[in-house]
Order: sequence, then structure tokens, then C-alpha cells
Amino acid sequence: MSITKTKLVPIPSKNMIPERDVTKPPILECRSLGIDFGGLTAVNDFNLAIGRTEIAGLIGPNGAGKTTVFNLLTKVYQPTRGVILMDGLDTLDKTTVQLSKMGIARTFQNIRLFANLSVGDNVKIGLHNQMKYGTLSGILRLPAYWKQEKFARDRVRELLSIFDMQDLVDEQAGSLPYGAQRRLEIVRALATNPTLLLLDEPAAGMNPSETAELMENIVRIRDMFQIAVFLIEHDMKLVMGICEGICVVNFGCVIAKGTPDEIRNNPEVIKAYLGERKHA
Amino acid sequence: MRHYIKRFSAATKTNVFTYLLVIVSFATAQILQGAGVMSSSLKGQLVPICAYIVMAVSLNLTVGILGELSLGHAGFMSVGAFAGVVAAVSLENIVVIPEVRLALAIIVGAVFAALAGILIGIPVLRLRGDYLAIVTLAFGEIISNIINCLYVGLDSRGLHISVLTSANALGLDPSGQVIINGPVGASGTDKISSFTAGFILILITLVIVQNLIRSRTGRAILAVRDNRISAESVGINITKYKMIAFVVSAALAGAAGVLFALNINTIVPTKFNFNMSILILVFVVLGGLGNIWGSIIAAAVLTVLPEALRGFNNYRMLVYAIVLILIMLLTNSNQIKSFLSRMQSQSPAKGAEKV
Repeated sequence: MSITKTKLVPIPSKNMIPERDVTKPPILECRSLGIDFGGLTAVNDFNLAIGRTEIAGLIGPNGAGKTTVFNLLTKVYQPTRGVILMDGLDTLDKTTVQLSKMGIARTFQNIRLFANLSVGDNVKIGLHNQMKYGTLSGILRLPAYWKQEKFARDRVRELLSIFDMQDLVDEQAGSLPYGAQRRLEIVRALATNPTLLLLDEPAAGMNPSETAELMENIVRIRDMFQIAVFLIEHDMKLVMGICEGICVVNFGCVIAKGTPDEIRNNPEVIKAYLGERKHA
Repeated sequence: MRHYIKRFSAATKTNVFTYLLVIVSFATAQILQGAGVMSSSLKGQLVPICAYIVMAVSLNLTVGILGELSLGHAGFMSVGAFAGVVAAVSLENIVVIPEVRLALAIIVGAVFAALAGILIGIPVLRLRGDYLAIVTLAFGEIISNIINCLYVGLDSRGLHISVLTSANALGLDPSGQVIINGPVGASGTDKISSFTAGFILILITLVIVQNLIRSRTGRAILAVRDNRISAESVGINITKYKMIAFVVSAALAGAAGVLFALNINTIVPTKFNFNMSILILVFVVLGGLGNIWGSIIAAAVLTVLPEALRGFNNYRMLVYAIVLILIMLLTNSNQIKSFLSRMQSQSPAKGAEKV
């Protein structure tokens, strides 16, 4: 694994991104993002920028609002306040489907595969917007159908081979072991040809050796596709091991941002996770 | 590459099995008919069976593949039936060959039913939950009531349409002909449907439905059924694909309606009521949600069954109900399930047939 210590530098909006990405605008930027559910403020004043090839982490205690942030980024929820810029473009009025086309792909905390369909079909559904033939070509089996389906078959195999899963292409997705289902969800997300990959607790339920493998794979995916990865994770070994920038939230507010080393020693973070230290 | 060939053939096997099932059944029926061993009541059932099969397969697209409950499939059949009858009568002097006239009438019926499907789909398919079931239930009733007070006539000046009055209000020429006469329906139309036409319509339906399922569009429809949240997250426009499935389903129901209506002399609007919708739904559920060949067998068997049970006289429908319950118990028994799953592992594709 090639994890080098990355230095974070500020961009004009005062958000930090890795030094190597600073020549280009960040792939994602949130400014004063917030959402209220009725009277409850779930996320408030959330500021973050992610560089084009950055692996960023989002951590925080249970119920801090991490998944809500993901749901805001993918427009499952509409933000009450603030701006989300995807590749410099405002995402106000955009839908989940449009954001997928703009380059955001995600996985889910509780796996959401198309459980009744085959592994291959799951990935092919991820390729939906990469394929260009219409309903009529499909029914009449016009040349466009054969050409595009062949492209899809090859691409599915290529993508599954990232996790060495190409032999599982005919298996029913719901019958795969847990770890393989998590990997398949990542493959399906990659099939949409994203520029930003959101992973919601990718290591949940994995054993230490599976987690170590996953860490290598996340870095490998970033290097291979040259994309940004933004992940929520409770496994500190994974977060501290591969994330270049880490954002800590608690009660919907950002309490700290920085490199793994900075986060590890931040008193606010320690307080949020371990509680107030009692002085003798 | 080997895996893809294996997978491809598994999917193809189910499709080929379904086509074979239809072709062999058709050939058997033709031979029995030719040999004169088929009872006249069964002969009379052949075209309705074809229409019901098309209905069941098309409803399976909405209920089994798309996963939305529709309780007004007979409404689309009705729209298609009456549009088709009007087309067939209007074309009587223009298109002399009855087969061509039937084909044109079926296309007209399918188009009108598709338009009705779009009309229903635009507001309803944006919603989640049971709204489609509620609205299609109402649609079936509304259509039968609209056609109940619809008068259509044809004379030398063309088509005349009148609502809520009587056939006299159409103001037809002395040579004119009333095609749809309100509650009396359409009567005296030429019986131009045939068993062969029904067989061809089933084949066309199968080509459309099976090819649709195994294409980009079909996968998107299955994705919407299985998990709408992740379907959206990979960029699938849910409303669009619900609409495609629903409208194709409605159009096929319309085509079946034309076939059905042009097989009998008199067709009344009340024929396509809620009972008919439920009957088709029973075919689909009993044949297995998402299982195309199951729908075909269920539609054929359950159409013939009431006739076959004529010997029970007054207790006919009672026995029919008992048979339904027995079939449900049987198909749910573990032995049969494991037998079917062994069959499935040999031939059909997984996924689409499991709900």
C-alpha cells in the first residue's frame, strides 16, 4: 500500500484539500450545509472540500449525522440551508438521478443490492447510463442491442475482477456472503463511472483481514480510476490508515477537520468519543 | 467468457421453453381439432384462452416484473376491445382481407389502451405505495361506465360520436350503422378473430415481454422493483421505467381485448368488470409472479376448468374454488418447491421468477 503522508492546504473557501489536488477545483465542496427535520437540526454548518484524488473520511459517534450528510450529498434529502458544489456546479434543484450522472456514486450502510438478481445483472444495472440503446432496440434486438450488451458483459467482468469476483457473475446477489455483498455494492457504484465514490461503513461486519484487504482495495480503486473517495467508517484502523483528510462530526456539527495525526490529538475529538476527562 | 455463455444459455433456455410450450400447445390443439376429438365447447374457448394468456402475461409485466399492483387490467382490455371494434367496422369496406383488418384493429386497440395507460400513469406512477392499485381499480369501473353511455356510429360522412344520449342523437344517414350502442355494447360485428391469430398474438406478446425483460430497460424495471433507493442511486429514472412497463402492459391488454371482442357477435361494456380484472390477477398469482410460462399455463387451465367442471352443475364454482385452493397449497408445499427449484437450477434463469 502506498500511503504517503499528505499535507492539507487551504483553498479560497478556507476548506482544506490535499496539496497535490490544489491545482484543480475540488470535486465536492459543501458550504454551510444544514438540514432540519421538523424542529430537529440533524446537520448544521457543515463545511468540507474534497480534492479530486483524495481519500477523505467522515467519522463521529453514533447518531452524529454522518449518513444524513451522505443523503444530503446524493439528494435523498434536500438541504434546508447551504450549498453543495459538485465539480464546481451548484446541485440545487438536482435530483438523485442527475447527481449520479454528474459523477456521485454511493454504497449503503445496510446493504442495498438487487438481491433477487444475479451479480452480473447488479453490475449491468450500474452500467445503465453508460449504455445507450433504447427500449425499442431492446425489444427488436437491433444491432445497437448486441453491441452494447457485449460492451456491458466485458465491462462487468473487468469491474468484478477488481475484487476477483468474476467467477461469481451468475450467482444470485442476495446469496453471496456478507463481505462479497459489500464488495459487489462497491463494484456496482464504480460501474456508474463516478468521479466521487461515497462509501457508507464499507468495513462494517468485516473481520480484520478482510478490512486490511478492503483498505488496499480502496487505495487501489482510487489510483486506478483517479477518483475521490469519501467514506464513513467506525474502524479507526481503516480511517487513520488510508484517509488523507478526516472530518469529525458530532450532533450534526463539524467539530474538527484535518489529517489523521491532527485528528488523533485533537482534544475536541477525544472528548466526543471518550467523554470529558476527569481531573483528579 | 465461459461463464457468460453459460449464463446466456440459462436465460435463453427459459425463453425457448416458453415459446415451445406455446407452439406445442397450439399444434396439439390444431391436431385435436382436425381429428374432430375436441368438444365444441372447448373449440369455442380457444380464442378466449389466447386472449386471457396475453392478458395474464401483460399483467405479469406490471405485477410480477415491475412489482406494482394493478386491479384494473380489464379496463385496458375494454378500451382496446371497443376501439378495435370501431376500427374493424370502419375498415370493413376499405380493407377486404379479414386477417389484415384484424391486425389493424389490434394495433388501433393497443394504441388506445396505451394512451389510457399513459393517462393513468402520469399522475399515479410518481407515487409510492398502493396508489396504483387504488387508481386502476377506479379506472376499470370508470371505463366501463363511460362506454356504457358512449354511442358511436358510422355512415357515409364518417364516424359519429355521442355521449350520454341515445343512438338516435348520432344523426346517422339511413345507410348508417351504429357500432357502439351504449349499454347494449357492440353487436353484429364480423367474427374475424381466429385461433391462429390468437396464437400469433401470444408469440408477439412473448417476444415483446421476454426481450424487454432481458434488455437494459428490463433490468432497470427489475431494479426499481427490487430496491428503488439503490436504483435511483445508480441513475435510473424510476418514474420513466415504471411508465414504460405499465404502458407496454396496457397496450398488450388492449390488443388482447380486440382479439377477444372480434371473436364474439355481441360485446357489452360490463363484460370487462372488476371480476375480470381479478380473474386475470388470479392467473398471474397462481402462475407465479414474474413467471411468464406460469402465467400461460394458469390462464389456459383456469379458463378451461369451469367448462370441464360442468358436470358438477350448481356446485361448479364451489369446486372451482376448491381447485384453486388445492393448487395454492400444492405449489406452496415443500416437496413441490424443492422439485421446482431443482428444475430451475437446470433450466430457467434465477431472479426474475422469484419475488
